[in-house]
Amino acid sequence: METSEKLAILADAAKYDASCASSGSGKTRAGSQIGTTEGMGICHSYTPDGRCISLLKILLTNYCIFDCRFCVNRISSDTPRARFTVDEVVKLTIEFYKRNYIEGLFLSSGIIQNPDYTMEQLVLVAKSLRQRERFGGYIHLKTIPGASQDLIDQAGMYADRLSVNIELPTDADLRQLAPEKDGSQIRSAMDGIKTKIQEIREDSRRGLAAPKFTPAGQSTQMIVGATPTPDEEILKTASQLYNTQKLRRVYYSAYSPIPHADAQLPGKSPPLVREHRLYQADWLLRFYGFEVNELVVADDRNLDLKIDPKFAWALANRHRFPIDVNKAPREELLRIPGIGARTVARILQIRKVRSLRITDIKKLRVAWNRAKAFVITSDYNPGVKLLESPDLRQALQPKPQQLMLFDTNQLTEF
Amino acid sequence: MLQFTILNFEDWRSVARDLRCREICPADVQFLAPDESGLFCNAASSVISPSLPSNPTAFRVPKDFLTLAEDVGYHRAPERWGLLYRVLWRLTNHEPRLLQVATDDDMHRLLMMEKAVRRDAHKMKAFVRFREIIQNGEKHYIAWHRPDHFVLRKIAPFFSRRFKAMNWAILTQDESVAWNQRELKYFQGVNRSEAPSSDDLEDLWRTYYANIFNPARVKIKAMKTEMPVRHWSTLPETTIIDQMLKDAPARVADMIARSEGFDQSARDYMPDPSQPLTLPRLSDSIRQCRACELHCHATQAVFGHGPVDARIVIVGEQPGDQEDIEGKPFVGPAGEVLDHALAEAGIDRSQVYVTNTVKHFKFDRNGNQRLHKKPNSREVRACLPWFEAEWAMLDANTLICLGATAATALISPGFRLQQQRGCWVESKYTPRTIATWHPSFILRLPTQTQREIRMAELIADLRKTVRSE
Repeated sequence: METSEKLAILADAAKYDASCASSGSGKTRAGSQIGTTEGMGICHSYTPDGRCISLLKILLTNYCIFDCRFCVNRISSDTPRARFTVDEVVKLTIEFYKRNYIEGLFLSSGIIQNPDYTMEQLVLVAKSLRQRERFGGYIHLKTIPGASQDLIDQAGMYADRLSVNIELPTDADLRQLAPEKDGSQIRSAMDGIKTKIQEIREDSRRGLAAPKFTPAGQSTQMIVGATPTPDEEILKTASQLYNTQKLRRVYYSAYSPIPHADAQLPGKSPPLVREHRLYQADWLLRFYGFEVNELVVADDRNLDLKIDPKFAWALANRHRFPIDVNKAPREELLRIPGIGARTVARILQIRKVRSLRITDIKKLRVAWNRAKAFVITSDYNPGVKLLESPDLRQALQPKPQQLMLFDTNQLTEF
Repeated sequence: MLQFTILNFEDWRSVARDLRCREICPADVQFLAPDESGLFCNAASSVISPSLPSNPTAFRVPKDFLTLAEDVGYHRAPERWGLLYRVLWRLTNHEPRLLQVATDDDMHRLLMMEKAVRRDAHKMKAFVRFREIIQNGEKHYIAWHRPDHFVLRKIAPFFSRRFKAMNWAILTQDESVAWNQRELKYFQGVNRSEAPSSDDLEDLWRTYYANIFNPARVKIKAMKTEMPVRHWSTLPETTIIDQMLKDAPARVADMIARSEGFDQSARDYMPDPSQPLTLPRLSDSIRQCRACELHCHATQAVFGHGPVDARIVIVGEQPGDQEDIEGKPFVGPAGEVLDHALAEAGIDRSQVYVTNTVKHFKFDRNGNQRLHKKPNSREVRACLPWFEAEWAMLDANTLICLGATAATALISPGFRLQQQRGCWVESKYTPRTIATWHPSFILRLPTQTQREIRMAELIADLRKTVRSE
């Protein structure tokens, strides 16, 4: 099979992977001849689905001995199969990188023979890139469930980031749809990586020459909407992963029309809007001081699909508003709908020098139409009258956007 | 009115330092870009009279101002130098905290310019596309790029670190730069026609681009915001966007159609569950099964055969040519081999339940011949409920899988016949599960010796199942 045919199959098979980040790695590896990881990740291109291309995101092979019901590569699917050699992946990565198409490689794989064999192949790709090609760009390896800790440790020496996919939000979901995967095994793999990262950090703190080990940390991905598990459970799982496993990112992937989807799965995909709301809530948990139980208030334990979670929280907690942008502490400013963390930082700086009026707020990156009902400025803000209005939600709710509708329509057809 | 032609940030910095020391207020100075200075062109420093007092240490500015000013200096707007001087003036005259006031009009304009420059610089890092050429036996990588602002010098050092061991050049309409693995050399801007017009690898890149795209999500606006159309002409992948969008609805329809096909497994064709299930009712229902495509070409579904009180169940792969016509399992040449092996092993076939993993014959036609074709995993998966229903009807304790198809379907997907043949394994049906050669495999072996060896193994494996009971 020609490389281009393999690439078509193995890129297509990787397109459901949500992660594309290539940042957070810090200094480029010493001795690199081609490639850097300095600064933030770069998106080199965008596809018409609105997603960025930062890494060459492919599977080493989409042959797989597992039968996870949500996955297009499961053994019982009749999708076309292909397998790259280690050298093919190395060459593709280097040649794409040299033309500045990509930041590096995101390599995952179906499981062939057994988990250790598969993991060895992934490690071999990363090792060849680092040692033979002196490649200093970004490498993200997906660890294979069930691979030995020793191989995962090796992978961490060459990769910038490792990820262990949690796949589904709860163990019960996993038993139902991915019977061959084991929740406790997944968590212990994450633990292993976390411990290793901490050991290396400890060593370098004590002044020992510690080798690099996944400098961009670990991430995970879960499929959303393949089971009836509500957002509250999903966010609790995420929050726990951030706190105990010290993950850098949790990716949510809306279970999307996958060719040859299985009868056990819901015939309808959840709207992409749900995925979007989960990301917003995730952000609020990490950077805005919110707790899961504050964000999920509806009886069905799901986020509101029509409005963003911060706005939903504000509507349910009107008594905490209006907030005076010239006096309130940072934690309170962070809770104002339509105002982001960067704007809060700016407001705190500006108000040391002068007080803020409506025109000033509008010059910052603020969704004033939403924020206006919730803030007091140094001048008269007529918008705040809305706070008492029973129609507050209708008044401030964003008009349904063409694009959102398009997405949802496409997906509900399924 | 003093007029200055400013070439770059360093130039502006030295002029501004002098002007500020001599307390010349912003309203009395005009800064010009090189191409608009015309007749009144002053070389940057020549207008300052050396006789005037100048004290460079007389004022200080926050470090952040220098970073900001340097970035704003890369902006294309001619008024940037004057604006910078005005902010410098205010900063050093009673407004030392001006930088913090992002909402001040001057600051706001500077910050917007800074943002535009940073974005343009970032897009340059992203959208430069090198093309490989070979010159004097050496590889060179050349790109032509159209930045919005003068960001080449801001970004060139980044490229020299990233592509340290490559000879590369980035050409733009304003200025160009080349790296020879030792140093950066700047030279004049050139037209796009000076750059190489293709690279063989671009087709492969487009293949990747087309396939990483998920046609079920179309967000063109999001794409165009992040990848502005004005850059498209230098991005090789954008030539196929139209075609990708045209193909998208068909690709999605295809994804959905195929998944719906699979939604139908044999479960949907089971007999009415309100009445007790029996083998005859099952074998009656299977005639209606449309769970996969195989029913279209086969003569009939071939259900299992044997007494309901059988203790041993033997499962093959699928019916063959003769089985398909007669409607019974293992009645053709493979059946003869099986009969022989069972007899040798001391097993009475009439006491055994014999069936197949897939119940319809799958074949390729070659003239008048129908040649066996292995069922794919989807067909196996769709048909499995029939076997499970058969198993549930029987009171068997021993399961014998003939061949890899039955073994991987009934024992585990990772089962390897070559290594695990003839060993007892636990399946979800019974702890007494064993896999051995399929009789057809033995028939297809090229030499008599090979056939004899495998036959002996098959007999030995079968014998195991009676001996240990």
